Amino acid sequence: MSTLSTKRVPNRTAPTLHPATRTMSVVQRGSTSLTMRRLARDPASIAAAVGILLIIVLALAAPLIAQLTGHGPNEQFRDIGLSPEGLPIAPGATFLLGTDQLGRDVLVRLAFGARISLVVGVAASLAAALVGVLVGITAGYFGGRVDTVLSRVMDLVMSIPFLLAAIALVSVAGPSIALSTAVIVFFTWAPLGRVIRGQTLALRRREFVEAARSLGAGPLSIIGRDILPNLMVPILIYTTLMVPGAIVFEATLSFLGMGVVPPTASWGGMLAEAANNSIYLVAPWLVLIPGMALLIATLAFNTLGDGLRDALDPRATRKA
Amino acid sequence: MFWMYLLKRLGFAVLVLFVLSLFVFALFYIAPGDPARAIAGDKATAEVLAQIRQNLGLDEPITVQYGRFISNLLHGDLGFSYRSQLPVTEIIADRIPVTVSLVFGAVILWLAIGLPIGIASARHPGSFRDRAGQAFAVVGISFPTFVLGMMSLYLLYFIPTRAGVALFPASGFVPLAESPAQWAWHLMLPWLTLALVSAAIYARLSRAQMLEVLGEDYIRTARAKGLSERRVVYRHALRSAMPPLVTQLGTDIGLMLGGVIVVETVFGLPGMGRLAVTSVADQDRPVIIGVVLIGGLFVVVVNMIVDGLYALMDSRIRTAG
Repeated sequence: MSTLSTKRVPNRTAPTLHPATRTMSVVQRGSTSLTMRRLARDPASIAAAVGILLIIVLALAAPLIAQLTGHGPNEQFRDIGLSPEGLPIAPGATFLLGTDQLGRDVLVRLAFGARISLVVGVAASLAAALVGVLVGITAGYFGGRVDTVLSRVMDLVMSIPFLLAAIALVSVAGPSIALSTAVIVFFTWAPLGRVIRGQTLALRRREFVEAARSLGAGPLSIIGRDILPNLMVPILIYTTLMVPGAIVFEATLSFLGMGVVPPTASWGGMLAEAANNSIYLVAPWLVLIPGMALLIATLAFNTLGDGLRDALDPRATRKA
Repeated sequence: MFWMYLLKRLGFAVLVLFVLSLFVFALFYIAPGDPARAIAGDKATAEVLAQIRQNLGLDEPITVQYGRFISNLLHGDLGFSYRSQLPVTEIIADRIPVTVSLVFGAVILWLAIGLPIGIASARHPGSFRDRAGQAFAVVGISFPTFVLGMMSLYLLYFIPTRAGVALFPASGFVPLAESPAQWAWHLMLPWLTLALVSAAIYARLSRAQMLEVLGEDYIRTARAKGLSERRVVYRHALRSAMPPLVTQLGTDIGLMLGGVIVVETVFGLPGMGRLAVTSVADQDRPVIIGVVLIGGLFVVVVNMIVDGLYALMDSRIRTAG
């Protein structure tokens, strides 16, 4: 990463180095600040970051929103929250985003659902990244039989139809947030593990690792001080790109009734309730609102992940 | 060497199925919950339960039970549904045409949408067409299947139907043999819904592959000797861009099977995915086991075919090792 920035700095400043016409001080920038500057120049990444920020704010403000509106997330307003025919009420003054089939405030439930999506999505991705990195580095660094076994395990995990297996697991253990998270971790770490393994394999043969080894460094020290820092870029990119997958995975489980248990609000659960009896055909906001929230969340993380990749790896940008 | 490669892949396929069988066996035979109780119901007496346990062989050691489980599997016997008492193979066989129809059409659509977009993007990188294609890809990848399905039902079925124009039917399945037109018409929305995510992945992947190949020297040579651009792109470049795309096809089939569960639920199609969801709700273990194993077999077989294709396309595997 440091070589990357030293390569980059003269390039950026070269055309302006005209001593006669202008005095220009060359600012030395670290890779982090360079990355941030590149990200800041990409409108899509900015929009994505804003989107993510909005969802985080929504999630954090959930109790506040409940307090301000006076509507609890599971509170049913059968008198004012349902039409005389017993149908949900469209978005309006009392219920900003309308009500659902039980007369609950969609906005409040959306905010509490954001907490589930974010917590499960981010926690599962971080845990999966940890597993993937550990397994990938172990396989790539030690090679030989260890590598063969771990690589087969990764192939195996990737060959199992995960939603089917998840369904089987949930049907036995019963749905819960913890189980959803565990299932997501179990079925998503392998692709990152494979990438990290490949990178470690290449890094292991580099001169600086050779040098560290000849100085008497043990495997743990080499992995921690020489290899891991060089893997931060792919780890960061892949983890960001894992979040949207995890969010959709959780929402899908909840949608199928195998994730978050009602009445706890979750986006997938809200969509499942909307699909029940096709109530969303007369109350389309029940699909549009949580559906759009999900789409914005996944789109934002995917876009940010792509932006990060372009910013951290200018070579890829030039090619693309 | 070609055969060695295939043999290795076959060995791996068997391993996957073995692990999967171990997984479902452990899940359902060792996990808490009494199958005898599930069959006989809450009111059954202790003697009845004991009788059922003996019939099912639940009182025997685990290894014996697993041996019989595998032996039954190999004989194509998946047991009987707790709920309907029908053979699981029969129940699943009824559902397979629906799921196969769904997957078949969706794969064709996804290739028909994804590849051209990717190739068009790669031919003019940075152009408006390229950026539109990439926008399509990122939106498609981000769109949760069930949200897309519900939205398309609302926008393309409900609103037109309410306005008096029935563009698409709501749900249901018409067998191909009965009426091919009705079959396709009923499956159009499910196909599109299922295909979009994979098409987006494909658009992106084929773009990246084509860009890489189009930068190679032999492409410049092909252009220099005066071949038409069309011939260069579709004959020379596409051929070497294909193998990684074929590999991705294998990976995506597993992903798609997940999508099948969701799409069948949203569109009310009586396929294997729907069966999986309802049998979980009913706690009908033999059916769940059957669906998971048949689903796994399907993925493994598709991956075997993909590996074979890959080996045929890649001369390094075909000739060397």
